[in-house]
Amino acid sequence: MGQVAIELKNITKCFGPVVANKGINLTVKKGEILSLLGENGSGKTTLMNMISGIYFPDEGHIFIDGKEVTITSPKDAFQYNIGMIHQHFKLVDVFTAAENIVLGLQEKEKFNMKKVAARVAEISEKYGFEIDPNKKIYEMSVSEKQTVEIVKVLYRGANILILDEPTAVLTPQETQKLFAILRRMRDDGKAVIIITHKLHEVLAISDRVSVLRKGECVGTVDTKDSSESSLTEMMVGKKISLNIERGDAPKEPIDRLVVGSLDCYNREGIKVLKDVCFTARAGEILGIAGIAGSGQRELLEAIAGLQPVRRGKILYNNPVNGAQENLRDKTPLQIRELGVRLSFVPEDRLGMGLVGDMDIVDNMMLRSYKKGNSLFLEHKEPRDLAERIIDELEVVTPDANTPVRRLSGGNVQKVLVGREIAAAPTVLMAAYPVRGLDINSSYVIYNLLNQQKQEGVAVIFVGEDLDVLLELSDRILVISSGKVTGLVDARSTTKEEIGLLMTKGSSMPERGAEHD
Amino acid sequence: MISVIALFIKSTISQGIPLLFGSTGEIVTEKSGNLNLGIPGIMYVGGISGIVGAYLYEHSTSAPSAFLLILIPLLSCLIGSALMALIYAFLTATLRANQNVTGLALTTFGVGVGNFFGGSLLSFFNEKGSISTLETAKCFKAYLPFADKLGVFGDTFLSFGFLTYLAIVIAVIASWYLNHTRPGLNLRAVGENPATADAAGINVIRHKYVSTILGGMIAGLGGLYFVMDYTGGSWTNDGFGDRGWLAIAIVIFALWKPISAIWSSFIFGGLYTIAIQMPGLSSSSKELIWMLPYVVTIAVLVATSLRKKRENQPPASLGLSYFREDR
Repeated sequence: MGQVAIELKNITKCFGPVVANKGINLTVKKGEILSLLGENGSGKTTLMNMISGIYFPDEGHIFIDGKEVTITSPKDAFQYNIGMIHQHFKLVDVFTAAENIVLGLQEKEKFNMKKVAARVAEISEKYGFEIDPNKKIYEMSVSEKQTVEIVKVLYRGANILILDEPTAVLTPQETQKLFAILRRMRDDGKAVIIITHKLHEVLAISDRVSVLRKGECVGTVDTKDSSESSLTEMMVGKKISLNIERGDAPKEPIDRLVVGSLDCYNREGIKVLKDVCFTARAGEILGIAGIAGSGQRELLEAIAGLQPVRRGKILYNNPVNGAQENLRDKTPLQIRELGVRLSFVPEDRLGMGLVGDMDIVDNMMLRSYKKGNSLFLEHKEPRDLAERIIDELEVVTPDANTPVRRLSGGNVQKVLVGREIAAAPTVLMAAYPVRGLDINSSYVIYNLLNQQKQEGVAVIFVGEDLDVLLELSDRILVISSGKVTGLVDARSTTKEEIGLLMTKGSSMPERGAEHD
Repeated sequence: MISVIALFIKSTISQGIPLLFGSTGEIVTEKSGNLNLGIPGIMYVGGISGIVGAYLYEHSTSAPSAFLLILIPLLSCLIGSALMALIYAFLTATLRANQNVTGLALTTFGVGVGNFFGGSLLSFFNEKGSISTLETAKCFKAYLPFADKLGVFGDTFLSFGFLTYLAIVIAVIASWYLNHTRPGLNLRAVGENPATADAAGINVIRHKYVSTILGGMIAGLGGLYFVMDYTGGSWTNDGFGDRGWLAIAIVIFALWKPISAIWSSFIFGGLYTIAIQMPGLSSSSKELIWMLPYVVTIAVLVATSLRKKRENQPPASLGLSYFREDR
């Protein structure tokens, strides 16, 4: 292992009141692979974005080859030979691989696609890529696109490579290939940083592991001295008590929703849910834990009728007439009318469920405009509901006629969750309802969910914070890469157990098959 | 018979040239992701600026020089159309206004500007009648002296003013620039995926400005050609007609390829010629022939949508404004 390639000293970054990175120190040497491990929201990507020039640190210093540098744009990062491969590829679809690779470059020599292709072939041969420089991006598989991205940064002469969850989109075989290439880069003296939360991959590929937790670096260890359980412990930390008031579990639980052998494919044709089975009971909060993008969204959308289901059943026991109905045969509207409600808080908050330019009253109306037989809309009821939500959930807004877009994120969420709860659901699905909320607003939402549970609603809660999941849920379903890896009793389980289940066998579908 | 065909070809070429200027300009603009529907208006402004410049020069001197007779209308045409395109670029790229609305407004505005000055310029000088700049037109229509000696061939293909050949040269250069140069690649990336271009260090807004203004100037030359070469230095209100829209239709017909725009323009020009000059056509069949280019364009649109070949699609971010923080 050689000298230090990049060193971060005391890096701090805040987004408004949220501290994303706090006093982080990190070094990467030439000829080594460093894994950056951490839960969702632990600040891994933020940290790397500061090296690649997308964000600028509030405090701290970055040293490259021992010299302090200031990186203010991706261009600066190129100049210091830093290349980052983002999770979402930045490629022009109708261009060939070679055209994408030279895009934006200002080379002195004459523009000659043949020379570029030759150079690409040279790089590919050196590191073992399989790439056709003249193939169009839209004809490529995800793994080929990733290869183009990697070659792109190598072509620009990158010596420090950062890969943000590169294996999330790859099959196990493709992952193995990628790892072989990364090892060759390491042997070539490049410094490689790989962001991941798959423990077995960390152990397989890296020389050292730095673990981030809640924006702080909790330590760096040599991979050979660590194990899955020691890393999990570092990653999840000690349990913190939140004092959420959890009601008792129902004595004689009634199954409300039975999901069996559910398979789903996303738009890219990748299987995102694999043989998912679980039961949601009335009067109970079922927590769903998992790393972001493990299929939580697809699962909830499948139940709500928004996501096509390839295989499996979603049975709903109707409390009104006792009949059992298969939700797969129903339209989203019919499903909603049965009392199955979804409040999904996606990353962009307004993306689903609320219309930003409409005011709170009109957003209430989105759920009731079909009611009544009059040609004209019924305004009074939604207005009353809006006023009630503003009042009870302490939504900070000038009035009920303010466009939702003008409200702060937390208040938008209160409006969204409040509306779904007001519909008196029998199944309430809440995904990340407290994302980005302050402590007090979070507790308002927890209490709402608990209240619903007491009223006999089957609550499904997709959460990010394990401490919250442990204290709020009755049972916790853990999914990893679209597969159920465990169903545990929230009262008796531990954070470590859930952490291990969350990262279990992520990219090895064969192992999951053996369990069946 | 040969003379009839020769006449047809000649007329087709002179009908096609304004369309070629317009469509090349629009292609260059659209490659940056700007759907400039103001092109018809820009062509009007290009025409009126050129003829006003020519008129003012012709009337300011008794012994005009041929060089200035070309240069002044050319420059005033380019400046006029560049200003129009600048309005469009500023509204859509900087202020991120809706591209369709801005473009349509610009066309209405441009046609109005053209007709206003075209109709009232002479009254500013207390003269009557309509503008005519015969001296200038003569210079624009001048062709190589030996063309006459080459018989039918020379008469059919070489008897045009320099703007005719310039249109073809510009289209060829545009094609080469877009497909074989580094800046061309960067420009196409801006129109396809501005976020990716931005991340690759390409200045998206600057590219949108430059190509919109350049495209506007090219299109404006189409207006200049029409007033100087086609009509021989005179202005008739609304005389340019819907050629600007036809140019935009050609962009689709040519699948955003400047080289294809050359022959497409001549096909459309040929149909125009048939409609105007075919003897014994009733007015209703004339209208039908006039419709043909649009019908063909719709057919091309349907065919390319069905085939879904990615290379034949419009630039992916055409019509969308780019805002970095939207990512």
